Amino acid sequence: MVFEKVVEILRNYKEEPELEVTMESSFEELELDSLDTVELVMEIEESFDTSIEMDSELKTIGDVVGLIEKAIA
Amino acid sequence: MSFSIIGTGSALPKTIQTNEDLTEFLKTSNEWIFSRTGIEARHICVEESILDIALAASLNALDNAQLKPEELDLIICPTLGGDTVTPSLACLVEKELGAACPSFDLNAACSGFVYGLDVADAYFSRNKNMKILVIAVDAMSKLVDWKDRATAVLFGDGAGAAVLSSGDDLKAIHLTAVGNQHALCIPWQKGNHPLLRNQETLLPYLKMDGSEVYRFAVSAICKDLKIVVKEAGLTLENLDYVIPHQANLRIIESAAKRLKIPMEKFVLQVNSCGNTSAASIPLVLDEMNRQGQLNPGTRIALTAFGGGLTTGACILEWS
Repeated sequence: MVFEKVVEILRNYKEEPELEVTMESSFEELELDSLDTVELVMEIEESFDTSIEMDSELKTIGDVVGLIEKAIA
Repeated sequence: MSFSIIGTGSALPKTIQTNEDLTEFLKTSNEWIFSRTGIEARHICVEESILDIALAASLNALDNAQLKPEELDLIICPTLGGDTVTPSLACLVEKELGAACPSFDLNAACSGFVYGLDVADAYFSRNKNMKILVIAVDAMSKLVDWKDRATAVLFGDGAGAAVLSSGDDLKAIHLTAVGNQHALCIPWQKGNHPLLRNQETLLPYLKMDGSEVYRFAVSAICKDLKIVVKEAGLTLENLDYVIPHQANLRIIESAAKRLKIPMEKFVLQVNSCGNTSAASIPLVLDEMNRQGQLNPGTRIALTAFGGGLTTGACILEWS
């Protein structure tokens, strides 16, 4: 559920509706730099109406999904 | 009744460093800097003192306002600091201009110019027969760590000035401050008292948490613009131009997208100057003024954010 929504946000952000994304996809593979990651986190926060601590190292989509699941649990 | 801007001025140091120039001593690249910031070059005070550029911008603005320095009643200088702790930069500008009026520096980091306008507005509410010079100046090249490629590439030096007279240009203004040392900090000299010998001394260079500042900046622009537009009885669509603090193109693009304001309304200079701190907004304002973009009735929003953390926004209607 969280994963699907994150993928949707990511596809919209990248404007690539067919973008292949897995839990293991890294931001580097997705060609997202550090500011894209922040931008994505901001959009995810708005969408899930939660706030995510960005202190921890975010490297993959799975990392973000994990943080959201923790935040909305 | 508040104030009208009757003259603008600006000054940039002669030395220009492109991203390519920085690769001579920093492990970075034009592609890395440009894609993350929109910055291509910045001006650096090498031959000039901070006072030199402050003075040049002030004279420029006074000339534009057709005002003599001795007609000034107050000089406010938004800056992180001039060449000396004391005298303040404002006092040295006052001396060199031969102005003979009260003068002081004001530190609200990159939000300094909007803070300066707010202070000036308060003076006008006490005495409308004043002429006030707001001269925003920063030389970030002296405050960043040129060994830190993540931050040094972002900044540049410059000075931007505005001469204010009683009038009705200011339609709304809103300032905020939320103390935060983690997001952005430039430590001060600790002194050399013998008892301090064993204490950790922080290097006096800028430290910044880029992600945190990015988030803060985007949300500051969005929140503050909505507030001042509402206060002025307008909508975002009524704005002709938005002059954002020129920190990073990506911050501006993100805020524009969220506010649904077309990017064409945002006036940009970040590509050629980088982040010039308090000077960034009046530098753009002066460029627009000289290019004839500011006409009677032109509605402009200024929106700034910076160390403190501080934010400031206002609506001006050019007269």
